[in-house]
Amino acid sequence: MATGPRRAHREHGARFGRSLAATAVIGVGLMAAVDEIVFHQILGWHHFYDRSTPMVGLLSDGLLHAGELLALVAGFFLFADLRRHQALHRGAAWAGLLLGLGGFQLFDGIVDHKLLRLHQIRYGVDLLPYDLAWNGAALLLLAAGTVVLVRARRAPDRTR
Amino acid sequence: MTAASAAHQGAGWGVVPVLVLLALAVAAYALAARRAPRGWSRARTASFTLGALLVAASLLLPPLLGHDPRTHMAQHLLIGMYTPLALAMAAPVSLALAALGPRRRRPLARLLRSRALHVLGHPLTALLLDTGGLYLVHLTPLHAAAQTRPGVHALVLLHYLAAGYLFAWSVAGPDPAPRRPGTATRLTALFLAAAAHAFLAKLLYAHPGIWPPGHGHTTGAREAAQLMYYGGDLAELLLGVALFTAWYRRRARTAPRSAANPWPARGPRV
Repeated sequence: MATGPRRAHREHGARFGRSLAATAVIGVGLMAAVDEIVFHQILGWHHFYDRSTPMVGLLSDGLLHAGELLALVAGFFLFADLRRHQALHRGAAWAGLLLGLGGFQLFDGIVDHKLLRLHQIRYGVDLLPYDLAWNGAALLLLAAGTVVLVRARRAPDRTR
Repeated sequence: MTAASAAHQGAGWGVVPVLVLLALAVAAYALAARRAPRGWSRARTASFTLGALLVAASLLLPPLLGHDPRTHMAQHLLIGMYTPLALAMAAPVSLALAALGPRRRRPLARLLRSRALHVLGHPLTALLLDTGGLYLVHLTPLHAAAQTRPGVHALVLLHYLAAGYLFAWSVAGPDPAPRRPGTATRLTALFLAAAAHAFLAKLLYAHPGIWPPGHGHTTGAREAAQLMYYGGDLAELLLGVALFTAWYRRRARTAPRSAANPWPARGPRV
């Protein structure tokens, strides 16, 4: 049986990890939704399907799409559950959100756009500045998330 | 008159008896809700009524708005995804168990405990029947057959409704389901269904000339595929919310309310 302080430490670690995971999942789903709504629907930069996508690209797109959709739902419910049990670590939660947003943005920018070539950011323009801005924004979000994460680890535990 | 338009006219007239049946079903549900000894949720009654209205709307769509791939896709989305969710949320089996007396509910309880129902009601079986049926319709000559023969079309709609209900119930239904697998299995089934649905929609969008085989008119086929994609998204989102709402409620009941240990490692299976 673990002693008091060690057990408290472990429980704090679990809370930290769960808060981080819940909001990271929200971040992934949120960024995917922003991509879908802003770039596909409002700006019309991306295409629904750009005719060059191979079959395996469509399949991976379907899996990714389903994952994003359910990530958003799962993340919000996990978050609500942590809040209800007053077990949310705020610093970890902010870090998770930023890391999820940036992580998805970078994944989309590198794997979807470049490796799988599912679609490009915009058509009929020089792609380089768009790709740089896209992946640069991703790196900024990831850097911000890392800073918040490190600070949250150092800071004394604050639930509210 | 072409065979296709004959099929569509037949479907138009065939709607009337179905509408009568739907009205009877709503009346029976409302009567059972009144007879339930401990009362019955109005939200569930509303959900059942909504389900019946969605069936009616889906059957009336093509005759009212004209037959093209878009209205047919809307019809299939309503009857195969939205109606099943509304009906599953109405918990008709729980209502039947509550309204029937102790003796008369016994056969129903026995059915719920039967092995056949456990296999049929497993989320992965439901996924196979629901999504498998969807692929069968869109990637085989079954689609062309459903367009020319009203009987086949009616059977396809009935399959969509039944398989969709089975899936919604097995993934997120509030009705009793003995030996239902845990949240992770159900979430996996929903994930696979959503992925397969999105893939098929984009496949139909990408190759409207190839799939469905023997498709006479491709005008509007692309818009229909997009409707399938986004309409499916919303339905799967709602199903996911239903699944997690149930999870959230169960955790309030079963999980210890300890602030320090919100997610016990060996907690009750949820």
